[in-house]
Amino acid sequence: MNHLDLLTFARGSALNWALIIFAAGVVLRLFEILGLGRKADLAKPRLNSPGSGWRTIFTRTLPPEGMLKRDPVTYIGGYVFHFGLFIAMFFFAPHIEFFRSMTGLSWAGLPNALVDASVVAAIVALGVLLAHRLNNRVKRMLSGFGDYLAWAVTLLPLLTGYLAYHHLFVEYTLMLALHLFSVELLLVLLPFTKLFHTFSVFISRWYNGDIFGRKGVAS
Amino acid sequence: MKKSRQPEVLPGTVGEGLKQRGVTRREFLKFCSALTVMLALPPAMASVMAEAISKARRQSVIWLSFQECTGCTESITRSHSPTLENLIFDLISLDYHHTLQAASGEAAEQARMQAMKDNEGNYLLIVDGSIPMGNPGYSCIAGISNHDMLVETAKGAAAIVAVGTCAAYGGIPKADPNPTGAVSVADIVKDKPIINVPGCPPIPVVMTGVLAHFLTFGGIPELDSLGRPKSFFGDTIHDRCYRRPFYDQGKFAETFDDEAARNGWCLFKLGCKGPVTYNACATTKWNDGTSFPIQSGHGCIGCSEPNFWDAGPLYQALSMPVSATGSLLGAAAIAGAAAGVAITWHNRSTKAAAKAAHEKVTVQELTREEK
Repeated sequence: MNHLDLLTFARGSALNWALIIFAAGVVLRLFEILGLGRKADLAKPRLNSPGSGWRTIFTRTLPPEGMLKRDPVTYIGGYVFHFGLFIAMFFFAPHIEFFRSMTGLSWAGLPNALVDASVVAAIVALGVLLAHRLNNRVKRMLSGFGDYLAWAVTLLPLLTGYLAYHHLFVEYTLMLALHLFSVELLLVLLPFTKLFHTFSVFISRWYNGDIFGRKGVAS
Repeated sequence: MKKSRQPEVLPGTVGEGLKQRGVTRREFLKFCSALTVMLALPPAMASVMAEAISKARRQSVIWLSFQECTGCTESITRSHSPTLENLIFDLISLDYHHTLQAASGEAAEQARMQAMKDNEGNYLLIVDGSIPMGNPGYSCIAGISNHDMLVETAKGAAAIVAVGTCAAYGGIPKADPNPTGAVSVADIVKDKPIINVPGCPPIPVVMTGVLAHFLTFGGIPELDSLGRPKSFFGDTIHDRCYRRPFYDQGKFAETFDDEAARNGWCLFKLGCKGPVTYNACATTKWNDGTSFPIQSGHGCIGCSEPNFWDAGPLYQALSMPVSATGSLLGAAAIAGAAAGVAITWHNRSTKAAAKAAHEKVTVQELTREEK
């Protein structure tokens, strides 16, 4: 199998299966989580809480007072990584073409130099965050295999995409195929690892905000 | 370059032949300098090449055409005159070529056998077209199957040049479902140096370059992992494309006739396969350096890559899936929802069963147990 064949396989059958597992897995997990339900809260709400859940979705995106100074690496690293990944994923023109082919939606892309800078920033942030995780006793104690796996499968698409774009190490077509395989690995694992926070984060933030609002500690 | 009428019997060396045709030494040095640049050789090699080629006897070449469309031959013979490309015919003694030779039938086959005998171990074998491994009758010449003719002729060859994507990698005849069982030259011949010059058709000057290299150095140029001369196939079309700056700026043509296309913006969204295609089209260009497909407004279809015909739709961006669609995602989501309902039902049943099986313990019972 030559490199173009490998790329065709990556764009073809491999991508189909990865997308099937991803879509089915995400919906299945959402049903599983939401289907568990919660017992009805019979207590009278402490405050007039409507909207607390929705507000929390946004307020929890910002660091609580004093936390930025206390743990700047986690916060700043987290922001840089997530913004970098977001820009690379949704504003690189070839990626937009992928989304257009799947959803029919398209939007304007950014110049490659900006996307490239975002990718570098995201990769550096991931490296710093890993170093911090390994050096910080509390973080290290809290980390398990799933955390390192999530880190690795998130790094791989960024790294292979960067190497492909800059024609580094291996021939471009092969690196592009490896980039697709790394994305497919991410798609397959996302619903079943901590990476599922991509979908559950706003649901859990809303729930926390709502339930705490009812208890009188709305954020 | 001026050309006089071709003499009936060409002299032995290339130099003599060129002189007879009125090609001056200056003109020939210019030709060698251009080839040196294209072959990515040091500039000083131009005079070495001129010297070597002048003194060389005209290289005996046997050209076999198998499952092909004659596009490769057309590409070379229809190149503008006078150019580097058609100098190929001054450098070689084309002893056998179905399309170009005057002889036919047994006389033609006799010419091949004679050339093989006279130049045993020294002739260059050029092949265009793929070789059918299914029924030999799919393609045969003078009653000889393509496979047998290739094996027989390759035995005494110094080297083989597989011209065109069909000979190099199987090409369009090999495209799924490959009804004739087409294979490439390299799939059959394992004991001879093979230079692949793919393209549908290949660039004529690449052929001239390969021959000049062979005559100068007596060997084959440096090849990449797919057997192509690195000097011509070292870069992708995309990396050498004059539209590349637009790709980097995120400026793309959305249709073949929109304002962006007219402004020369990148054709990536229209399916250009330039990023994964290694060839020299963007630098050497076609038709006497006039243009190349992307310059004419059509994306590259990747014709110099193996199995390019089966590498996904020609008019879809390279980053688009080959076959996945939104419907596939939808169907997967429905399957996921069904599985989710089943799991939810199972979880709730487990919860309900646990609740039903729950036995209340009284304080008295706990007190008794403690005793």
